[in-house]
Order: sequence, then structure tokens, then C-alpha cells
Amino acid sequence: MHLVLIGNGITGVTCALTARQLQPEARITLVSAESAHHFSRPALMYVYLGHMRYQDIKPYEDWFWAENRLELVHATATGLDTDRKTVQLDNGSVLTYDKLLLATGSRGRRGSWPGSELAGVQTFVTLPDLELLTRDTRQGVREAVIVGGGLIGVELAEMLAAKGMAVTMLIRDARYWGAILPAEEAALVQRQLDAHHIVTRYETELKEILADENGRVRAVRTTSDEKLPCQWLGLAIGVEPNLDLAKAGGLDTDKGVLVNEHLQTSAPEVYAAGDCAQLREFAKGELAVEQLWYTGRQQGETVAYTLCNATTPRSYRRGQWFNSAKFFDLEYQTYGRVPAEPAAGEHSFCWQHPTRDALLRINFRTDTLAVTGLNVLGLRQRHDTWAAWLQAGTPVTEVLANLGAANFDPEFFRQYEKVIVAQFNQQFPQHTVQLRRRKGLFSI
Amino acid sequence: MNSAQTLTAEVPLPEVAGTEKLLLTLVALGLLLLLPATFDADAQRAHWCFFAALGLISVGTLGWAGWKYGRKPPGVHHHNLWLRASTSRGAVAWITGIVLTGFYVILYWFSSPDDQGNYGPLNQLVHALDPFSQWLRNKPSDQWFLYGTFYTLAILVMGVRGLLKYRHSPYHLIRTGSLMFFQLGFAFLLPGLLLAFQRPEFYFSYFWPLKQDYLFPDTVGYLLKDGGPALGVFMVFWTAVISFVGVPMLTYFFGKRWYCSWVCGCGGLAETAGDPYRHLSDKSRTAWKWEVRIIYTVLVVIVLLTALLWVGASGAVPALQGITQPLSKAYGFVIGALFAGVIGVGFYPLMGARVWCRFGCPMAAYLGLLQKHFSRFRITTNGAQCISCGNCSNVCEMGIDVKQYAQRGEPIIRASCVGCGMCSTACPRGVLNLENGPREGRYQGSQLIHADSLRILS
Repeated sequence: MHLVLIGNGITGVTCALTARQLQPEARITLVSAESAHHFSRPALMYVYLGHMRYQDIKPYEDWFWAENRLELVHATATGLDTDRKTVQLDNGSVLTYDKLLLATGSRGRRGSWPGSELAGVQTFVTLPDLELLTRDTRQGVREAVIVGGGLIGVELAEMLAAKGMAVTMLIRDARYWGAILPAEEAALVQRQLDAHHIVTRYETELKEILADENGRVRAVRTTSDEKLPCQWLGLAIGVEPNLDLAKAGGLDTDKGVLVNEHLQTSAPEVYAAGDCAQLREFAKGELAVEQLWYTGRQQGETVAYTLCNATTPRSYRRGQWFNSAKFFDLEYQTYGRVPAEPAAGEHSFCWQHPTRDALLRINFRTDTLAVTGLNVLGLRQRHDTWAAWLQAGTPVTEVLANLGAANFDPEFFRQYEKVIVAQFNQQFPQHTVQLRRRKGLFSI
Repeated sequence: MNSAQTLTAEVPLPEVAGTEKLLLTLVALGLLLLLPATFDADAQRAHWCFFAALGLISVGTLGWAGWKYGRKPPGVHHHNLWLRASTSRGAVAWITGIVLTGFYVILYWFSSPDDQGNYGPLNQLVHALDPFSQWLRNKPSDQWFLYGTFYTLAILVMGVRGLLKYRHSPYHLIRTGSLMFFQLGFAFLLPGLLLAFQRPEFYFSYFWPLKQDYLFPDTVGYLLKDGGPALGVFMVFWTAVISFVGVPMLTYFFGKRWYCSWVCGCGGLAETAGDPYRHLSDKSRTAWKWEVRIIYTVLVVIVLLTALLWVGASGAVPALQGITQPLSKAYGFVIGALFAGVIGVGFYPLMGARVWCRFGCPMAAYLGLLQKHFSRFRITTNGAQCISCGNCSNVCEMGIDVKQYAQRGEPIIRASCVGCGMCSTACPRGVLNLENGPREGRYQGSQLIHADSLRILS
């Protein structure tokens, strides 16, 4: 069997590794236009910051691929013939597949502003994006503007500010990452932005990009008619699936490549997973197009089972939500669902340290008290413990009594379980909790 | 991508501010002043240069650390490490490495005093410390006192830098404080005081097999004789009981970190003065293969050598007498001086600060075996949160490719891990945590990630 995977991001690579274990004899080929080897996309920022070199963000050493007989092709797949089962590459060669996975990922959305094609205007998702950013900010950039108040926006802000550029962020919402973060969390992130001298303009969008005589951005005009001079402009308004190959092959597409629960596209033996895939059916509260590292990994693993054993295809199940991020020096972890605005039938208990950057929010059902979600900022919580609590619908009282079991902060860090429980008891006197478990030095 | 090297080479660097330049100039001036301190024929002037040099280097470094880290919000400050020549094997790093290596070569082989008490090229520097040595040790300075002073000063000054840089982490504050305390108290002041009271210069923080001769028959005999009935016996008791009882017990509860990154002087220098170089350790599988080959060989050699020396000393095999002494000398030369000193510290700016600890130290090998097989210590990975970014591997001074474990959701149980905790600190997603826990299920990974079982080390 020849398995051809288009894309060597986390989805394609997870699929390849899983398939290698399921089918030790299969021929597996990974095609990538972006890079010769798999690298960690969320780590691109650290190369720019100088924490690591490009070779340090490769999750596997270069020998790994040959030793596990994973063939790497560094080329762009330009054509797909689903009848003949062939993929055309831009280097002139043609790959014949038995099964094909499209894991082509996504690219940054550019919007349709006048001037968005100017020099010094770019998105930040791919390795070529990083190379462009590196070249374009090497000199002469004193002021930078970033459009978008999400994860890529704050990453770009950290990167540029670290190089001494004055950064302004234009954010459509009334607060940072308003679609995801509740107000208290966003306020804590705001503290970070302020501490690192990032200027934020909320409820403000980009209106126009102004060019200098060389065709490079020199300023932007905002929807509040403010003119901000800048020599570099980052568009961080989200990502969109790469559909070129799917369209060339005549697959059904919408926002992404349309797939069923087995991640199968409209063509036989052709599958799609990760950022580029769009689920035809999905559960309530979930998304049709998931563009996360973690979901990419899960979809890549799921689809490998289907690819390797078509008689019993696996259905993709999103499973429990979790995510993490870091906003400058502030870490964020979330387990379960914590909507930005309180949900009906749920209480939202939020503890925050009066001065330090530490916050813990637990959402739970008003009727059964079952926990439904957790947000922490500046604290680390144990994923496995929370997964078990959320899975079992453990009552918040039980969770708080054992909160120390989920504490994942390093040794000697200040422990907040006592004050958290005290505040809960004050806020919910009808559900008084006795703290049973703190974190110890000798136990886990 | 074809231009991995160019990419890093082209990333912009922030402008170095005037204040930073000024403070670094102070350090550079101090280093330059060491030249007249060494070579000026006028002894008095040379001594003044020496103290001015130490003052400028210390004040400059402390001021620079305060300026660089103290003013910024607390957090992980690894910006531009791979971009600056000094911390990315550039010209500055090579010069630093050559100077350090040169210093060790002179110290070990060209600074023994002649009949007139002349310490070779280091003579002026050694004698500049005479008053201080008289005060502390009640005897004139020598080349080892000079070295000890430099060493302790480096740990203290760069320790303060570490306290500032990592002030957001109580773990690093306490650990760095512990290293500074043990170096100053146990490895500098106490041995000096012992000399002042005409007792053997004994280091209570070094043990066999790192301080290999502490369990050699000659040293044991000398300690018992010169230490006097109470102190000498205690010294021998102390070194033996820690080596054979304390080490296994403490390592069982806390892993080898209790020694390697809390007490040991080699670790002390690596964690403080070596902190800017920690990312330079080689993470490749090839490096790991060499590490295993070399370090366990050193351990076997020192165990056999110690046993041979005792057999020889017992007189049971008279023929041994002629072999054991040269062997012990050869070990001291190759391992004690060449490996631990010249390569171990001289190569800091090129290979990272733990070259000796990782490839050569028999104590680390011994502690490592215990840590791997008889310990409650592990680094837990947090469920499925790893994003394979590589920050953990990057900062691992022991060259462990930490992310290989984290991205599979497996706990990190490695003989070489010194438990510095920096992987946990550098992780942007809160994935790694140093923990002591029950030995049952110690290797149990997270259920939330399905590990690929493809081999990494073999």
C-alpha cells in the first residue's frame, strides 16, 4: 500500500507515525511545499525571538524519517487526479497513491483592505511568513501595527516588541480575545500588554493601508479615522484552509475540504484532516473547521486508523476541549468549556489574586454542581485530573476539596487552594467546602 | 527550507542601549585590568589593578544583570540567546573559551610554586590575595586559593544574576541560594578556616567518587592523622557515610538534583556562570551515545582504581604497589584536571556548562543510576498539552531532548537529568513538572495522548 500524505504539519506527521505503527510494511510518503522536515508551527515565534534556531523547533531529528521509512518529498502538489489516483508535483514527478490524505493546513487571512498587498504587510502562519518577517523587519521598522486581538496577534506583539519596535494592536472586540476570554481573564492579559508597552486600540478596525513612494506600508488609517504611522503591518485576523489542491482535484469544498465523520472527502480513498478539513456534521458547541495544534494531532491519528484499516473506519470524536497559550509572561490553560459570556444553567466561580497575575475560574452546573470548564492564568493545572473530573461530571464541591491534586505548579510555588476555597465558601455558602487536599513536596 | 542558517542569521537584534553598553564596558575594563595585574612588574600597582579588576567585573556584572532583568516584568528571558555572538558560538564565545581554557592550562600545569614561592604567570595574582588568605586561612595564598576565590566570586556574582533573572520562580530562587550558600560556606570559607586551625583542608560538600581521593587509602590515612582523633574520624565518617548511605537515600527521595543542582560546586558554577550557555549542549542522539560510553567508563575506572588502591595498601598483593600510584596520578591528570577543569569549564561558551557533569563526572553517573532505578523522582508531562515547541530541550544543559518525552505524554526519567527545573520554567504551556512520587506507575504516561512507540534512543 502506498500512503501519500500532503502536508508535513502536525496532522500529516501524526498520521504518518500512527500509520507506520499500524502498517509496518506500508510505503508512506510525506509531501510538503513548506519545509523539508516537520517543524513545530507554534514555535516559529521563538526562532524570531532568538530562543531557538530553526533546527531546534523540529520535533524529530533528521535521521528519524529515514529510519522509520517515511519518505519525504519537498515539493508542491499542484494537481490531483482522483480517478487515476495520482498527485502531480511541481518538480515534474507524479506520485501514485493507494490512499491519499490532504493535510494542507491553512494560511493567514489577508482580508480585502486597499493596500493589503503592499510590501511590509503580511500574515504570520508559515515558515515563509517567518522568513518574510525576518527580512522585512531587519531594519528601518520603528513602529508596527497588528490587526487582530487573538493568539497570533499577541505572539506578533511579543516578537516585535522584543526587538524594540513600538507596537500598536487594532482589536475589533471590546477586550482582548473577546470571543474566547471572559472579562476578568482579558483584563489580566491586558496587564501584560500594558507592562510590555503594547498600545491597544479596542473596537477599532483597519480601514486603509497607506503606501510610501516605494510601495511599502508607511501608515494605516483606522475605523476611528486615526492615522498610525507604521513601517510594518501584521494581519492576524485568523486563518483559512489551503484548498488549492482539493479544488484542483474537484473535491467538494466549502470553507474547508468537506469530510464525513471518517474524515473522508467526496472522492474515494481521499481523506482530509487538520486545519484544512471541514466536518459536514459536528456536535453542538463544536466547530466545523478546527484549526488547533491539538485537534490537528487528534484528526491525524484518527484518520490513520481509517487509512490503514478501511473495514473498520474510525469516527472522529472531538472529545473534551482543552487548550493553552502564553501571553507574554502569562500562561493560560483551559479544560472543558468556558464561554466568554456566562452560559445559562451554569455558575461561573472566578478567583483572582488581588495583586499577582493569578486567576482560576471554574464553571459548573447550577443543578448538579457538575464542573463544566476551567480557566487558569498564571497557574498550572493537571490535565489528566481535570479530564477525569470533567468526564465524570464531578461536583464542584468535590473538585474544590481536592484542588491540590490538580495543582501542577512547580515545587515551592505559592499555593492558593486555601484562599480559593475560602472565597468559594463566601460566594456559595449553601455549598460549603472543606479543603482536603493540598499539594505536598513528597506526593503527587 | 534550504536556508535554516540564514534565517537565524538574519533575525533582527534590538539595539543595545547606552546603559547596557556602559555596564558591559565596565566588565570589559575589569577583564583588561587583569593583564597589568598579571604582568605589571610593580607588585604594588599590580595588586591594585587586581582588586580594581575584581571590583569592576563584579559591579559591572551585577549592574548589568539588574539593568537587563530587574527592570523588566519577571518571566522567561531567553531573548536573542541564539542571535548574539557571545551565546551562540560566535567570535566572542570562541575568545571566551580560549581564554578560559588557557587559564586552566596555566593553573594546572604552569603555576606550581618554585623554591622562591613564585607561582609562574599567576604569581602576581596569587600574591595579591596574600592578605586575604592570611586573614582567612592564616597562611599565604597559593594558586588554588586564587582559583577558589575566582570560582566563588563567579558563583556569587552570577548567582545574583540568576536570582534576578529567575525571580518569578521560587524553585530557582531557593535552588540558586542553596548553590551560593554551599559554595561560599562549605567549599570556600570552611576549608579556609580548617586550615587556619591547622586542620586538613576538607570540603564537606564534595564526595567520592567526584572527589575521588577522599576514599583513597592515602587521604583517609592523612585525614585520620592530621584531622585529629575527633575531627579526622568525623571527616572520614562523613565522606563514607554520604557516599554510601546519604547519596542513595537522598536520591531515592529527590532524585540526583539534591546534589547536582543544589549542592555541588561544579553544578553551582554551571547553574550560575554557565546559565547563559545552557542551550549550547548537544541534544543529538549521537551526543547521547558518547555520553553513555564515556561517563560509565569513568565510573567503572574510578571504582576499580579505588578498590585496587585499597588492595595495594593492604599489602596483600605487593606487586600492586608499583601500579596503583601511577594509575591514580594518571586519573587525576586526565579526569580531574583535563576533563573536569580544562574541558569542563573552558568549553562552557561552546558546548554548554555541563560538559563535565554530562560526559565525565563519576558522581553524576552513580547518582544517575540511582535516579533511574531507585528513585521517586520524575518529570511529569501534563496530559496532551505539549506543542513540541522545543523550548524544554533547548534549555536542557544536560542535552536531554526533553520534548521527545513531552510530546508523547511520557514522564522523563533519565539518568543524566540534574533536576535544574529549567525545562519546566521555559515551557510556555505549563507541561513539565519536577515531582517526587510513588515508584509504582512512575513510567506511566498520560492517557490523553497516544504515544508513538517509534524509537528515539537506541
